[in-house]
Amino acid sequence: MGEKSRRNFLKTLGIAGAACTGIPSQKLISKTQPQLSEDRMGVLVDTTVCIGCRRCEWVCKKTHDIPAGEIESYSEESVFSKMRRPGNEGYTKVNRYDNYQNPSRPINVKVQCMHCDQPACVSACIVGAFSKKEDGSVVWDSNKCIGCRYCMVACPFQIPTFEYENALNPDIHKCDFCAERTEEGLLPACVDICPVEALTYGKRRDLIEVAEKRIKLYPDRYIDKIYGFTEVGGTSWMYLANTEFEKLDFPNLRDNPAPGVSESIQHGIFAYFVPPISLYALLGGIMWVTKKKNNNNGWNK
Amino acid sequence: MIEYGFQPKPIKRKFFTPWVIVISIIAFTGLIFLASRFIFGLGSVTNLNQFFPWGIWIGLDVAAGVALAAGGFTAAALGHIWHRDKYEIFIRPALLTALLGYTFVALSVVTDIGRWNYVWHPLVMWNGNSALFEVGICVMVYLSVLYIEFLPIVTERFIGKVNLPGFLSVLNKAIDSLLRILDRTLNKFMFVFIIAGVVLSCLHQSSLGTLMIIAGQKMHPLWQTPVLPLLFLLSAFSVGFPMVIMESLSASKSFGMKPEKDILSSLAKFVGPLLSFYLAFKIGDMVIRESFVYLTEFNAASIMFTIEVVIGVALPLRLFLSPSVRESSTGLFIASMLVIFGVLINRFNNFVIAYDPPYTETSYFPSVGEIAVTLGFVALEILLYRAFVMIFPIISQPIKGAILKTKYAIKGAR
Repeated sequence: MGEKSRRNFLKTLGIAGAACTGIPSQKLISKTQPQLSEDRMGVLVDTTVCIGCRRCEWVCKKTHDIPAGEIESYSEESVFSKMRRPGNEGYTKVNRYDNYQNPSRPINVKVQCMHCDQPACVSACIVGAFSKKEDGSVVWDSNKCIGCRYCMVACPFQIPTFEYENALNPDIHKCDFCAERTEEGLLPACVDICPVEALTYGKRRDLIEVAEKRIKLYPDRYIDKIYGFTEVGGTSWMYLANTEFEKLDFPNLRDNPAPGVSESIQHGIFAYFVPPISLYALLGGIMWVTKKKNNNNGWNK
Repeated sequence: MIEYGFQPKPIKRKFFTPWVIVISIIAFTGLIFLASRFIFGLGSVTNLNQFFPWGIWIGLDVAAGVALAAGGFTAAALGHIWHRDKYEIFIRPALLTALLGYTFVALSVVTDIGRWNYVWHPLVMWNGNSALFEVGICVMVYLSVLYIEFLPIVTERFIGKVNLPGFLSVLNKAIDSLLRILDRTLNKFMFVFIIAGVVLSCLHQSSLGTLMIIAGQKMHPLWQTPVLPLLFLLSAFSVGFPMVIMESLSASKSFGMKPEKDILSSLAKFVGPLLSFYLAFKIGDMVIRESFVYLTEFNAASIMFTIEVVIGVALPLRLFLSPSVRESSTGLFIASMLVIFGVLINRFNNFVIAYDPPYTETSYFPSVGEIAVTLGFVALEILLYRAFVMIFPIISQPIKGAILKTKYAIKGAR
């Protein structure tokens, strides 16, 4: 493990160093992180279809061995009075918003990890406990994590959560895109259970086509935007809606990848270790020269 | 050089005074809360939650702790690398502060991370993209370098004085010769570690600034800037000597000695230029990014930013530029404390005030437990400092005809 990661580390630094000298940061990012698979998967969430039955919440808990209770209790609508966020006790939540165009049909928005293409958590994690897999999922490795919570600082969508009450071995929790299920060829649990097909699982590039087609066919039903298509460099989960996404509590993010600036600086400081070694040499030179000068003054016996 | 005639010697005083007892109580209170953090978990002691993962244990104990330990590498650079010999008397006290400071930074990290038993993971699990990884590795290596730099003080204290009790006394001679060999070897290679210490400091002082950049739009635009690493480095440069001055004056006061005013005054001449450099970059960055528009809003961010820049940078800059301030002990103390306050508030602002995540229900304010642990660590540091200067030859006292023994240079340059 040690030898391999060390080599990877040096390789990464080397590539980044070369990239830093002239290639724009957009390219630098794609080189410092594993190449994204063309066939990576994603989910398209159509918020105009979702009925807010919250079955996805129930099945998510079931799948991840979290106490879920009876599925009937999930039809209780009073929970919508307050915005709820994904947490240790369930990796997805549905929130309800007023629909001003059609008040009889409120807007329901399912929230979970967006599985970014250039994830901030992967870049930030001190021990590399997060990784972006070939199938598009961003997953967390319990064997590495030291519980520093830098991923929570870094995540632009405020997704990873931490077991503050656990003194011995606290975990980080977030949606893992049902990695265990998709490996066996099954759908992610939430996609599988959705009774109205508000969630579409497929290759990300196909989903973009589907989304564009829907917007084109039903211009009255959707605003002309796919949330997650370009935000922070693109995400595996993408959303359609009939109103501005800010009104549905989506963060208004820029298109440049979240780790971009930080990684460019980081690799600039360490390009081939040239800056630190130069500084060492410079200080050594000063130490040598000033000592000679002082010798002439008779100091240093 | 002989005219100065300083020699570091252990200070002979009573350890406990009324103030030391007060500080001990603060330290003890902190330790109680610390114990409950390890028994019941972070949630039981801190006000941290899913929106605010980092509080004052990172913002103050770690970030400000590292910054305020900058006296160590700035004094080493001035004394050992630039060979400004008259400042040699400050190197050992500054080294001790850095040593204790970084030790407590490491302890704070162990306290704050959820799985403290995995604190060694970054040594074998590398992520070169992570600013935190860089900070972690640099701090671990630098802490080792600091302990190596401190070793000659230990050998100096015990060579010829090894006196183990009882049957262990047969080992006295062996340990003594071991210390002598260690002393000779270290003397030859110390320059390697001294330069490494300065380089490592420059690296992680700046990388601490890179940490919050990845928070992107979650960080207030008054602080979120790509030049954060540079601002962190420049502020570390400018707080180094004020820390040395403050400590020297405090130690003199506490031990009833005469402060070395002449040398302190001339050391203070460096602070003005360093601070003005920092202020220029801070203001320049604000003008270029046009972030000053946020100062017209009246909220916690704009108030804290104004306090940080006006009281923590501009005011002490004015004071340090004034010769009459530099020549008075009180003036030096106040001006130095302001710089220290400015950097402390800057780190607090960057990590706590500026961090404004989406979906929050309440804002973060440190709990009693968090404050108690932070104060407890500071109190422990003060107590250990006091104990160390009583055991080891650290603080220089004027002695007729004495010369400083510690003089490291690159060998072969004669």
